[in-house]
Amino acid sequence: MSNAENLIALLVAAPLLGAAVLLCGGRRLDAVGHVIGTALSTLSFVIGVVLFADMLGRGADDRAMSQHLFSWIPVEGFQADVAFQLDQLSMTFVLLISGVGSLIHLYSIGYMEHDERRRRFFGYLNLFLAAMLLLVLADNYLLLYVGWEGVGLASYLLIGFWQHKPSAATAAKKAFLVNRVGDIGLSIAIMLMFTTFGTFAFGPVLGAADEAGEGRLTAIGLMLLLAACGKSAQVPLQSWLGDAMEGPTPVSALIHAATMVTAGVYLIVRSGEIFNGAPDAQLVVTVVGAVTLLFGAIVGCAKDDIKKALAGSTMSQIGYMILAAGLGPIGYAFAIMHLVTHGFFKAGLFLGAGSVMHGMNDEVDMRKYGGLRKYMPITFVTFGLGYLAIIGFPGLSGFFSKDKIIEAAFAKGGTEGWILGGVALLGAGITAYYMTRVMIMTFFGEERWRKSAAPAEPGVAPASGEHDEPHPHESPRSMTIPMIVLAFGSVFAGGYFSIGERFVHWLEPVTGYDHGHPPVSALTVTLATMVMLVVGVGIAYVQYGRGPVPVLAPRGSLLTRAARRDLYQDDFNHVVLVRGGEHLTRSLVYVDHTLVDGVVNGTAASMGGLSGRLRKLQNGYARSYAVSMFGGAAILVAATLLMRAV
Amino acid sequence: MNPVNYLYLAALLFTIGATGVLIRRNAIVVFMCVELMLNACNLAFVAFSRMHGNLDGQIIAFFTMVVAAAEVVVGLAIIVSLFRSRHSASVDDASLMKL
Repeated sequence: MSNAENLIALLVAAPLLGAAVLLCGGRRLDAVGHVIGTALSTLSFVIGVVLFADMLGRGADDRAMSQHLFSWIPVEGFQADVAFQLDQLSMTFVLLISGVGSLIHLYSIGYMEHDERRRRFFGYLNLFLAAMLLLVLADNYLLLYVGWEGVGLASYLLIGFWQHKPSAATAAKKAFLVNRVGDIGLSIAIMLMFTTFGTFAFGPVLGAADEAGEGRLTAIGLMLLLAACGKSAQVPLQSWLGDAMEGPTPVSALIHAATMVTAGVYLIVRSGEIFNGAPDAQLVVTVVGAVTLLFGAIVGCAKDDIKKALAGSTMSQIGYMILAAGLGPIGYAFAIMHLVTHGFFKAGLFLGAGSVMHGMNDEVDMRKYGGLRKYMPITFVTFGLGYLAIIGFPGLSGFFSKDKIIEAAFAKGGTEGWILGGVALLGAGITAYYMTRVMIMTFFGEERWRKSAAPAEPGVAPASGEHDEPHPHESPRSMTIPMIVLAFGSVFAGGYFSIGERFVHWLEPVTGYDHGHPPVSALTVTLATMVMLVVGVGIAYVQYGRGPVPVLAPRGSLLTRAARRDLYQDDFNHVVLVRGGEHLTRSLVYVDHTLVDGVVNGTAASMGGLSGRLRKLQNGYARSYAVSMFGGAAILVAATLLMRAV
Repeated sequence: MNPVNYLYLAALLFTIGATGVLIRRNAIVVFMCVELMLNACNLAFVAFSRMHGNLDGQIIAFFTMVVAAAEVVVGLAIIVSLFRSRHSASVDDASLMKL
């Protein structure tokens, strides 16, 4: 038995140290901040690889490791420990988070080169990694909650990194607040666990899950789902994701690929035993996943902002993962597998989008791109490979992982299986459509960014057009290398995982695996997916590839306009939650003013009135006091006589 | 011995005194009315003492006289100083303690 488990804490400690040094170090670290940040995140990755190698050296059932650091809150009957658990599931996440995270660090060196607050940016990135690693390594829900909140904090800091823009500051606040709603779910789930099981460590809770009643498990499951909805941007808590694009592009890549949105999927898969005992909660999970899958895809179809289109895509792909996680042991492994492959290609796509923006003066409107493949060949190829991977082109990563999820959805059986499978299949078609749209609008077609090509307005000097015309160029090597590495992952990861169901067998000791009974053969599903893919690509090509793309967005159909406004998610929130809240507070204020104040003031006023009347008795005339004295004496005498008579 | 007539007289005197206290304004007259009430009580005490054939009532009557004498000393002193300060012996003028 090696002592590898002693290294686990270092996985979290390295980026945490980086965050502390960079954020407390002050300006004298400005020159080397990015190096420190990247080095420590890479160190975390290297430790991860060492632990991974160590883990592979042992048998499948002997792979889980744990490290008890110290007792955090030791109270009779309430034991909160800072302890880590590294099993196959956590290992997968550790490698994804630290690996993709390190690549994004590397990329950020180039991307944020001209930002004077780059050191702080790397500090936040390290904090993000540390929080996320803590989240996936914790061996109890309370410590997981610490990481969970850390992720929320880091995302707030990073989304609002360009805080001088009001839109970025608002977006950060929005992300934080929406996440807070989900966090309430997690905290309630933890409390329920404590009252049910008397502990919140993974081992005892999940081990005893089938002894608790189904009602309890359903309640815990739904609360966990609420938490997952917040972090993973699932309907109904999805509204923050699109606005989160206000952050620098590497942040978007980090949020969407390696950290943050994957936390919800992790939570559900980690709590698999709870969901296995609560079929109703599972059904809700699959419904949420399916709804989000379509929601994100539809939104992604209409956005002209390249990052927002990709954000819609993330929402949709996470929907796939949540859907798979809701299917139970049939789907857990595939949810994680799609999460990993998605980590590769979505990080690649975002970094590619960042590279395009870098060369186009931070323009994000795809209608002002076009024909960029000649100017940015590396970006074009890596983005293209990511594109092929996400739409599920045969042989690439997305093909294997998404296909498995669609199969698993059908394998759920019954009407639900058909509906979920159908939705997943439809989603695959829409994915192909919107990603093709992004691809064509960005890299093909005419060069719509050329100002001089536009008809010159009379009275405008032609020189002014030349002045702000972008000069697309390939990005520096620190940016292209991560993109190339990620492109490799996008191409080969899925195939590598799927040979001999390697990935499923790797995760099986943690998540369990059930092959299910698919009503249709795998080949049929694959063929159906291919048909959807061809249809999606075909429609996008007909719409955007054959004719010129208008620089100004046309009005579009009712659905397009709805999708541009994120299917009225913000309007809905505004009308139902904001207005509702305002009305509630107003009515409460009214009740406070009239009822509560009325009672209090009324009591005071009646007391005042009464005493005012009583005061008149004290008129200061000795004779009137004498009258009361005589009256009192007379009454006493009369009473005495009366008593005696009786 | 039948004390009824004495008691009627005592009640009459007491009523006259009480009415005087309540309706007269001159402090001296009020004071004299108070004395009248005390003496009405004394009369009743003495009458009862006579009726029962013991001296208890008469002793109480002496006590009353002693208290009344003391009261007269203090009361007259107050009335004199009141008259000096406001040149009036009206009890209604001495109403400073009302709001």
